[in-house]
Amino acid sequence: MSGATFLGMPSFPGAAKDALADTQLRRNLAHATATIRGKRTDAVGELDDWQELREAGRAIKERTLRHLDRYLLQLEERVTAAGGRVHWARDAEEASRIVVDLVRSTGERELVKVKSMATQEIGLNEALAEAGIAAYETDLAELIVQLGEDLPSHLLVPAIHRNRAEIREIFLRAMGEHGAAAPDGLGDAPAELAEAARRHLREKFLRAKVAVSGANFLVADTGTAVVVESEGNGRMCLTLPETLISVAGIEKVVPTWQDLEVFLQLLPRSSTGERMNPYTSTWTGTGTGTGTGTGTGTETGSGAGADGGEGPRAFHLVLLDGGRSDTLADPVGRQALNCIRCSACLNVCPVYERVGGHAYGSVYPGPIGAILSPQLRGGATESDRSLPYASTLCGACYEVCPVKINIPDVLVHLRARMVDGGRRRPVPKPERLAMAAASWVLAEPSRLAAAQRAGALAGRLLPGRRGRGASRLPGPLSAWTDARDAPVPAEESFRAWWRRTRR
Amino acid sequence: MRIALFITCLADTLAPATGRAVVRLLERLGCEVEFPQSQTCCGQMHFNTGYRRECVPLVRRFADAFTGYDAVVTPSGSCAAMVREYHGQVAGTAGDARLSAAVSAAPPVYELSEFLVRVLQVTDVGAYFPHRVTYHPTCHSLRVLGVGDAPAALLRAVRGIDLVELPAADQCCGFGGTFALKNADTSVAMCADKVRHVTGTGAEVLCAGDNSCLTHIGGMLSRLRAGVRTMHLAEILASTEAYDVPSTHDGAERVKSP
Repeated sequence: MSGATFLGMPSFPGAAKDALADTQLRRNLAHATATIRGKRTDAVGELDDWQELREAGRAIKERTLRHLDRYLLQLEERVTAAGGRVHWARDAEEASRIVVDLVRSTGERELVKVKSMATQEIGLNEALAEAGIAAYETDLAELIVQLGEDLPSHLLVPAIHRNRAEIREIFLRAMGEHGAAAPDGLGDAPAELAEAARRHLREKFLRAKVAVSGANFLVADTGTAVVVESEGNGRMCLTLPETLISVAGIEKVVPTWQDLEVFLQLLPRSSTGERMNPYTSTWTGTGTGTGTGTGTGTETGSGAGADGGEGPRAFHLVLLDGGRSDTLADPVGRQALNCIRCSACLNVCPVYERVGGHAYGSVYPGPIGAILSPQLRGGATESDRSLPYASTLCGACYEVCPVKINIPDVLVHLRARMVDGGRRRPVPKPERLAMAAASWVLAEPSRLAAAQRAGALAGRLLPGRRGRGASRLPGPLSAWTDARDAPVPAEESFRAWWRRTRR
Repeated sequence: MRIALFITCLADTLAPATGRAVVRLLERLGCEVEFPQSQTCCGQMHFNTGYRRECVPLVRRFADAFTGYDAVVTPSGSCAAMVREYHGQVAGTAGDARLSAAVSAAPPVYELSEFLVRVLQVTDVGAYFPHRVTYHPTCHSLRVLGVGDAPAALLRAVRGIDLVELPAADQCCGFGGTFALKNADTSVAMCADKVRHVTGTGAEVLCAGDNSCLTHIGGMLSRLRAGVRTMHLAEILASTEAYDVPSTHDGAERVKSP
């Protein structure tokens, strides 16, 4: 069903150029991001202690990552004690194989899915399809993306690049091929579209014996998994099937419920602009062990399936490394692992707002994607190397980040890593030569003064010069003058003026 | 108080009128301004593009040039932020203990509006500028330095000014240093929206506290023949009934005939 993948995407500047030409996309994104931005600002503005909460969130994440090994082992012990099974996956391939094998052992050929970034990261749907297992996305926006054979373009609202007219067309075209068809005469009113999705999905929920989810948080202290969502479709997947398989990155662990409390305040206000998200599901193993579900969430399950109660009878937790240990080894870059996937940084990013998520060529788009993806994937591809430069360093992302990831600092740090990596090249890139030359000139005022005089002279000779600006510069600088006039050096620099008039 | 002007390599070379305006303004307010001639550049372009090694000599140059002053004033939020937030980091990464010590001992660096409002504690600098103006708060002034309302307070106190609010003012103009070249298409798209907001105000002058952003937005305004000129905040604040600074990138000040 979903053949789309981010592999082999062009690097950011090229992909962005294509996206910028899509006027419908530009309009959809500008409208959607402005709406979410406004809601977030209002929701955050209600709390006097927002900055303290952010600091608490950052501190908890930092402390947890420092002792990650200990919390992970504690988590494994508690999940196991509560009747669940923990599987460790080194990379995407291993994680996918574990899930495929687990589904195969149930004998089922289809499953329902809760919206999950980790399963996208490991390419699970593709791996399942290869094994002849159909995976149905049940998050409304993920359903739109899946039916449209499209790629998600946002962490929270993966179909943000679609408007309702487009969604109506996708439903009419594709729903019937995969289950209950959209009703004839379907309109594009949100209620009508939601009703069509509800009918389509209800059939899948009632039939599914296996569900796959991610996890927003994993509480080490009790071995409890937490999923936060808006629609209740996740709750259906987490409670109805017999087997539940959850895939989560190792950084999702939090030590205790007291720590979780901080994030359950930070996350909804940052992501959807709500005081509290409509559905918070927590479950602890299958409830057959000694574990207990003690919580304050809107729904707390101890998964009492085997005891004759409700909930899945088998629970598997797949813990994914996927480059996280390597990321953790970088003292500056590791803060990217603080991310709780709220997407506030996407919504405020002026670059994201114009190019959308696909241009980033990664499951994690926007500012967080620009620092997370190159680290998780190792930064070996041209696309990865272009991501840290996909930002003006305007700082809007850092300002809103609920766990205070200093995204601009990490971007600059990763740029330095890329540049330092390129120093081993026998033939330096032109940029490196230009930077070295500029550094040499700027290291001495006499050299700068000479360059200013030469620049003023050259400026007078430039073709297409108008007034005090130039309309055409040569070489790489033409990227500037393609759409903007360029300034030319003044006839008399400031330092020359000072010397002439003051000394 | 011994005040040193850090002109920035960009204003020194491309917009010297801004430097002259800062000198005129500060002297009018009773300050003695010095220009240490050994200064060059804060190293921001190198640092932000990932060339930390090439940035080191520039940080050393800066620390040497400004030793001994009580305060450094600069007409750039971006360069002030570079010095304040990252010079220590550059020295630390380079593992140069002497440089680290020199950076910590360096005088405080203030962006112009910060210096006026927080240090000198003036908002009415006696300026006169009878034009319709809109103000773009540049990202690093806004988010790294946190200059807040200082530039707007200074502009509101200017006699004769018709100050109009810029919609979506806090959105980046798309300059971002080498971003404007490396991601020229995205940069231009961001700038196009900024220009649309600027022209929508009906302003005659776009004002900001950073010549880098003004060069960017101004470059597109000029290309479009939009009929809006750019002026650095210092140039508006330096203007009086007797003294007129016509344009950021125009070298010729005019003394009005009485």
